[in-house]
Amino acid sequence: MTEQIAARRPGVSVQLQRLFVRIGVLPFLLVIALIVFSSLSPRFLTSENLITVARQATYLAIVSMGQMLALLTGGFDLSVGKIIAITSVITAMTMAPLAAAHPDAVALTLTLGILAGVGAGTLVGVVNGIGVAVFNVSPFMMTLGTATISFGIALTLTSGVPVYGLPDAFGTIFNFTRIFDIPSPVYVTAGLFVVMYFLLNWTRMGRYFYAVGGNIKAARLSGISTRYYLFMAYVLCGLLAAIAGALLTARLETGEANIGASMPLDSIAACVIGGVSLRGGIGRVGNVVLGAIFIGLIQNGMDLAQIQSYLQEVVIGVLLILAVIADQLRQFVMLRLKD
Amino acid sequence: MELAATTLAPAESVGAAEAPTPVLRARGLSMQFPGVLALDGVDFDLNPGEVHVLFGENGAGKSTLIQILAGVHRPTEGGLEFNGQPVDLQGVHHARTLGISAVFQEFSLVPTLNVEENLFLGAEVTRHGVLDKIELHRRAEAILAELGFPLRARRRIHDLTRAEQQMVEIAKAFCTRLSVLILDEPTASLTDREAERLFVMVEQAKKRGVGIIYITHRMSEIRRIGDRITVLRDGKLVATLAVAEADDGRLLQLMTGRVISQVFPKIAYLPGAPLLEISKLTTAEHTVKDFNLTVRAGEVVGLAGLVGCGKSEVGRACFGLERVLSGRIAFDGRDVTGQSVRTMLDRGAFYLPPDRREEGLVMSRSVRENVSLPWLGTRFSHFGVLDRGAERTTVRDLARRLNLQPRNIEADLERFSGGNQQKVLLAKGLVSKVKLFILDEPTVGVDVGTRVAIYEFIRDLCESGAGILLISSDLPEILHLTNRTYVMYRGERRAELAGEEITQDRVLANFFERAQA
Repeated sequence: MTEQIAARRPGVSVQLQRLFVRIGVLPFLLVIALIVFSSLSPRFLTSENLITVARQATYLAIVSMGQMLALLTGGFDLSVGKIIAITSVITAMTMAPLAAAHPDAVALTLTLGILAGVGAGTLVGVVNGIGVAVFNVSPFMMTLGTATISFGIALTLTSGVPVYGLPDAFGTIFNFTRIFDIPSPVYVTAGLFVVMYFLLNWTRMGRYFYAVGGNIKAARLSGISTRYYLFMAYVLCGLLAAIAGALLTARLETGEANIGASMPLDSIAACVIGGVSLRGGIGRVGNVVLGAIFIGLIQNGMDLAQIQSYLQEVVIGVLLILAVIADQLRQFVMLRLKD
Repeated sequence: MELAATTLAPAESVGAAEAPTPVLRARGLSMQFPGVLALDGVDFDLNPGEVHVLFGENGAGKSTLIQILAGVHRPTEGGLEFNGQPVDLQGVHHARTLGISAVFQEFSLVPTLNVEENLFLGAEVTRHGVLDKIELHRRAEAILAELGFPLRARRRIHDLTRAEQQMVEIAKAFCTRLSVLILDEPTASLTDREAERLFVMVEQAKKRGVGIIYITHRMSEIRRIGDRITVLRDGKLVATLAVAEADDGRLLQLMTGRVISQVFPKIAYLPGAPLLEISKLTTAEHTVKDFNLTVRAGEVVGLAGLVGCGKSEVGRACFGLERVLSGRIAFDGRDVTGQSVRTMLDRGAFYLPPDRREEGLVMSRSVRENVSLPWLGTRFSHFGVLDRGAERTTVRDLARRLNLQPRNIEADLERFSGGNQQKVLLAKGLVSKVKLFILDEPTVGVDVGTRVAIYEFIRDLCESGAGILLISSDLPEILHLTNRTYVMYRGERRAELAGEEITQDRVLANFFERAQA
């Protein structure tokens, strides 16, 4: 009798396995991180600290959403860090002289500065897109090349020195302002997330990104212009990285050529932890944002636990590898549960 | 109508009459892959000095069986005996040390290495730890000469044709001391002369007492070199019988489990206006030369020939997938030479590629997304925003019409069997009104049930006025479904047969090189 019941109702371990297959490893990691860090530091779970985490994670979240597009189409973008750098430098170099010459025309100064900076960053994405989609250069070499070029240009323009003289309003609006106690960059990120969610789930372009990355030949035979969508993935990735660059410049209140160095790997890590396949065609934007928040949470938690920053790098690397192994395990469990 | 295995000569009786110790014997082999039982309790034995043919449809379990015998997979159940001793194969290398060598259709050559490096890969001859290149070269030349293959030992695999690569694979098997040789459709890419030489080699190997397992779909080859035949269907053993007892009708019946009239529907032949007209087509790669073809509305036209004869390229050229050097392709009265896939889809022509995993489907995405993919722009979106409701309704209806199993259009394609994946591929062509279907190997690797379903769809489409170009290596399909058939040989049109003229002998006679007059 008891055997019959046991046979009919799946055990706890099977139910856990099913949950694991359905939602992936990330929610488990988040829960573990919350438990560990809140026990290490009482300040961790305060609302002020969580807002800090949100603010810190915004830049990575935006870049990761862009990186996700490149990954979805079966490539990746190593130039996102240097796109941030060149955006920062161009934004600052446009704003500083304008602010000095026309101290009253703040709105115009901000608009022109942001447009110039974001335009420059997006242009790098355009070049990436042309290289990958038209000339069939491997994404690795193409984006590595443009990263080097952008960095070189950013250093040449600034001689390696930070650019000062940005209008105060820039930092005020795009960094310090709080609405309902939440800093403005978080709203920008939320807005971009909504746009990305809509793009990927409700538009033709989004669907085609998945199809091109899932099987480029099948996409071509379905009459899709695969070159165009490959190109667009890199352009949009560049655009998102550039927006993150502008926001970071507002936060630092200077134009810097040396920022964003860890972005390429961190953003790929956020995507992979969020379940985006490195082979393309699979991934959800919500999980990518969670992946970025998770990395932010880990860094913040370790700061509070006074783990030194060099050691933090080690922890992030270990977590990335574990996440990938967990994903392989998930595939395995999925196949076993199916039988 | 199922034919019971017991009504036929049981597996034991043929072997028992001679009673030699089988060189290889399998008992109750089962192989469970995730979601598929590929082999189900199969018994098989191979005597020294015999050619044992494995026969069955794609997906019947032939490949799985030989992979187990060659040490690629370990069976989930059942065991093997080698020369009467139980053996548990640890891998391909272990099998090779016992003298079991397999030549698979998918080659195991390293394209960047040359012929001799590939022949002795993993079994290099060394002197004091250094490769003895002179000795390797001598041995490679000796083997190639013995087999009579016109190959130079220092050529890179990458630069060889498919037939030449096939020869290297076969030569590789002969490099070691052989006791069992497994050949998986070895003549698929060989010319007649090359095939004849292979048969002579097989005869020689037989005389030396080598047991040979031979997979082929060709009846003529079975009679030419076979001693016994084992027929598999849906992973189960159907029968083992002597070649002498097996005529074509019976083999086909054993293979499909049905009589021919139950597999192939009758299609009413009411040809209408010409839909596709190809004249003097030559492709840039010269895979197709000076080729003419017409498909009318309400007609099933076959395009037959050996692998690599250019029949696939004809279909691809119609969709701008193969560069056209000269000639004209007209669809529905308009010149469409070199037009893109998009244009052809919009005008009402659909191309079904031969390899669904390679270029037909996005395996990681759902049924819904796959089926609607070619039609998002025309049917399921407004200003770039998707109409997911209409998409879901349409795909759900198609899934019902095609009897998709499981009936879950949100599941990704990895979860479906080969037959159901093929249904999804076909469904892509049924979303919109399509006038011309170019179907390249539409039933490859599917079970009989799906095969019948696909044929019935072809009938329905044809009878409702669509034109169908059926490109196929499956001879029964060509013989029983088509109203007219073109046979190609090396890129050229060899014959055009209509109605009663489409017989096995006449089609096959045009497959191969003509006897020199």
